[in-house]
Amino acid sequence: MASAVHPLDARSQLLSNGAHVGALCLVELQKLRHDRKELYTRAVQPALWLLIFGETFSHLHAIPTSVPYLDFLAPGILAQSALFVSIFYGIQIIWERDAGVLAKLMATPTPRSALVAGKAFAAGMRALVQGLVVLVLAALLGVALTTNPLRLAGVVVVVLLAAAFFSTLSIVLAGIVLSRERLMGIGQAITMPLFFASNALYPVALMPRWVQAIAVVNPLSYEVNALRGLLLGTPAALGTDIGVLAFSAAAGITTAARLLPRLTR
Amino acid sequence: MSALPDPSAEPAVGLRDLTVRFGETTAVEGVTLKVAAGEMFGLLGPNGAGKTTTLRVLTTLLPAGSGTATVFGIAVGAQPMEVRRVIGFVPQQLSADAALTGRENVSLFARLYDVPRRQRSQRVSDVLEVMGLADAAERLVATYSGGMIRRLELAQALVNRPRLLILDEPTIGLDPIARQGVWDRIDDLRDETGMTVLLTTHYMDEADALCDRVALMHRARIRAVGTPEQLRRELGPEATLEDVFRHHTGDQLEAGGDMRNLRQTRRTASRLG
Repeated sequence: MASAVHPLDARSQLLSNGAHVGALCLVELQKLRHDRKELYTRAVQPALWLLIFGETFSHLHAIPTSVPYLDFLAPGILAQSALFVSIFYGIQIIWERDAGVLAKLMATPTPRSALVAGKAFAAGMRALVQGLVVLVLAALLGVALTTNPLRLAGVVVVVLLAAAFFSTLSIVLAGIVLSRERLMGIGQAITMPLFFASNALYPVALMPRWVQAIAVVNPLSYEVNALRGLLLGTPAALGTDIGVLAFSAAAGITTAARLLPRLTR
Repeated sequence: MSALPDPSAEPAVGLRDLTVRFGETTAVEGVTLKVAAGEMFGLLGPNGAGKTTTLRVLTTLLPAGSGTATVFGIAVGAQPMEVRRVIGFVPQQLSADAALTGRENVSLFARLYDVPRRQRSQRVSDVLEVMGLADAAERLVATYSGGMIRRLELAQALVNRPRLLILDEPTIGLDPIARQGVWDRIDDLRDETGMTVLLTTHYMDEADALCDRVALMHRARIRAVGTPEQLRRELGPEATLEDVFRHHTGDQLEAGGDMRNLRQTRRTASRLG
């Protein structure tokens, strides 16, 4: 009846960790399947950005871009949509903490880092599904998107890594403020500079020098740059972009894993 | 990788001089306790006595300040992963995910406990059946009653086939019928599997009827340990466990929930709609 008591070897532990990350991603998709309303309501804002902001600025020709402005904007809005899903993910973590879910998860043989990675990529699942809606909208508005499966796979990787970074940033903030209300406020306060001090709406070259400095250290810029390169074929340093995103995600997961015990204390 | 002790020879739970402090307050002070394999052991005391903190050390959620804690001889602090593999834990709050079905809730924990893929769906179905939830398995937990959620959480903990089941206030907030349902299930399980159960409660009548042995905890310390019968007999033929508690602590047991408990209950209520 009882399971054997012996430590796992390194390889089994690694496989087990991978399976746990997968399990946490799977429940996120199951939740989305049960409640699609959230998906639809969250699609409204990016749709309005593309329709109102995108169409207006296409007309104005106010922002000089190498491709039509709506094409330029679409990857930015995809990244924005993934950012919004992820940056408030910590609220769910605080909710799970209050409900005892987090304690129960932490009492299973899942290392803290695997637990955080599972949550981070679960946020990535949500961001991907949300992003798919944005891409369909953009295609309907006539944006010339790639159909190359390799490039689309690259888009998946970029969105997952970026969502993992922003959601673990949110979990870190959750671990510091320990309250949903404060996290909501902080989330709103940082979303604005993250979004506007990035290349999502306009090229970095057009910004004042000090905003450029922020854009250079802003992972969102690397995400948008990579997405533009992959989806539109604009010049992009894909190696650098994905490298920066992977490093940010790893740093986010490590930091959040350290703060996790604070959340169940 | 160090060798682990032979589990059959060790007590299910061993606490020696366990002390846990949070800043100025001492939540658990010098607690020494042994729970034998196969026992149903109750940790009794009012809110704030240190029961939950003790469980949090045993479930590897909180480091022991000083002293030692072992589960089947495995040191909780040194080998937390090994301890997690042999325990099942149900926290005080109703902690099932309302946005998932009953089956999805249990499957998640089957995966997190590394139940082999070939056995997974059978084991999930089995524990749902044992907990009387087979018919409700495909429904969203948002539609469950409090008693059903508690039984679902037991299913989540049991899918691991734990050697030690740790329950924090398993029947708090349940109506008498639901409470009885939960207890019947725990009792049957123990009869069938010989699993060790460690639980906290502040319902003296429950502990009296169900536990092999109990420890009375008050203000961070253990005040008395024994079978409910022993403890009652020491006081006289008419004594209840309630009297025993008052005798050892000079305090009322059911003093009512504090703010924190109340808040948690409210949150659970609002979460479950």
